[in-house]
Amino acid sequence: MRIYEIAGAAFLAGGLVAAGLTILPSDPYRDCRTERIAGLDELGGPFALMTETGALITDAKLFERPALVYFGYTFCPDICPLDNGRNAVAVDILAEQGVDVQPVFVSLDPKRDTLERLADYTDAFHDDLLGLTGRPDQIAGAAKAYGVLYDVPETDDEFYLVDHSTHTYIVMPGNRVVDIIRREDGPEDAARKVGCYLSNSA
Amino acid sequence: MRFALLAALALLTTPVSAHDYKIGDLSVDHPFAYETAKTAMAGGGYMEITNTGDVADRLIAVEGDYPRVEIHTMEMDGDVAKMVHLPDGLEIGPGETVSLAPGGFHVMFMGLNGRPFVDGDTIPVTLVFENAGRLEIEFSVEPRAAEGGMDHSKHNMNN
Repeated sequence: MRIYEIAGAAFLAGGLVAAGLTILPSDPYRDCRTERIAGLDELGGPFALMTETGALITDAKLFERPALVYFGYTFCPDICPLDNGRNAVAVDILAEQGVDVQPVFVSLDPKRDTLERLADYTDAFHDDLLGLTGRPDQIAGAAKAYGVLYDVPETDDEFYLVDHSTHTYIVMPGNRVVDIIRREDGPEDAARKVGCYLSNSA
Repeated sequence: MRFALLAALALLTTPVSAHDYKIGDLSVDHPFAYETAKTAMAGGGYMEITNTGDVADRLIAVEGDYPRVEIHTMEMDGDVAKMVHLPDGLEIGPGETVSLAPGGFHVMFMGLNGRPFVDGDTIPVTLVFENAGRLEIEFSVEPRAAEGGMDHSKHNMNN
C-alpha cells in the first residue's frame, strides 16, 4: 500500500513538473510575475470613455502603448494623490530608461469631477497623466472590466467619500492586464515591475 | 536610487526647521499639507502629536477656514481604500506619539472651492484637545514631489 502511495506521489509530482515545463516556457513574463491573482489575464475588457478634453476614447485607441491605469476621484485627499504621485514618479524613472508608458487616471466620481477639474488634477501630477471620465454606466463598465470595486453613496452631502480599489493595472498594448501595482509599492518597485514586463515582451 | 529614496523619506519625517508647537504636555511637530491642483475641492493635512504627560488626551476637532474640516483615517478592505471620519477624534496616550501621515490618519479639508493649497502658503487652524484645550497652529504647504525622492526641479507639481 505504502509503495503505491509513494509511486502515486512521484507520478503526481512528475506530472506537475511536466506541466510546469510545458506551461511556464510559454509565459514570456514568468520572471516578472509578482502576483498570484486568479483571472488577472482576463481583466481589461473593452470600454468607451471620455478624455479630460471631452474626446471619446476606446480601449483599442488608448492601449497602443503600455499604460498604468488607476481608478479614483479628485476629491480624495490622501490615497489617490499618493498613488497617482507614485505612478507619476515611476513613469519618470521609466522615461529616463527610455521606456514610454502612458499613465491613466479614471474618475469614479463623474458628478463632481468635471472635465476642467479632471484636467487640472491630472496636470498637477504629470504632463502625460490622462484623465478619463464618462457617464456613470460607462465608468461602471470600465471598472467592471478591470475588477475595480467602488461605492459612490447616494446622498445630498456634497462632501461624500468614495470607497474604491487602489490597484494600479499594468496594461500592455492590446489591453492585456499583466500585473498590478499595490498600494505599498514605491515608485522604484512600480518602475521595476513595469520595466520587467516591457523588456520581456516580444 | 533606493538609498536616495530612503534618505528623502528620512528627511520628510524629520522636521527640517523649527516648526513645532506646544500646549501643556502636548507637542505638535511639523504640521504640513501637500499642495493641490488649482480646482481641487479637498486636501489632506499631516503632523505628529506627542503626549509627554501621564494622562491620555484627545484631539477632538480641527477648526479652519474651510466649509468642513474633519479628522479621518484610512482603512483597507482587501484592495479597497475607505476614508473613515473619526467623530470622536484621536486619542494621544500618555508617552505616545501619534502620527498623522500619508496613507493613515489625516486632517481632511473639504470645500477648498477656489482656495487651493499652494506651495509655500500656510493654513492656520485651531487644534481642539479635550484636556489641553485649544492650540493655534499653521500647516505649511509643501510640494508633493518630495515623497518620490525626486529632484523638485525635475518633477514640478506646479501647473
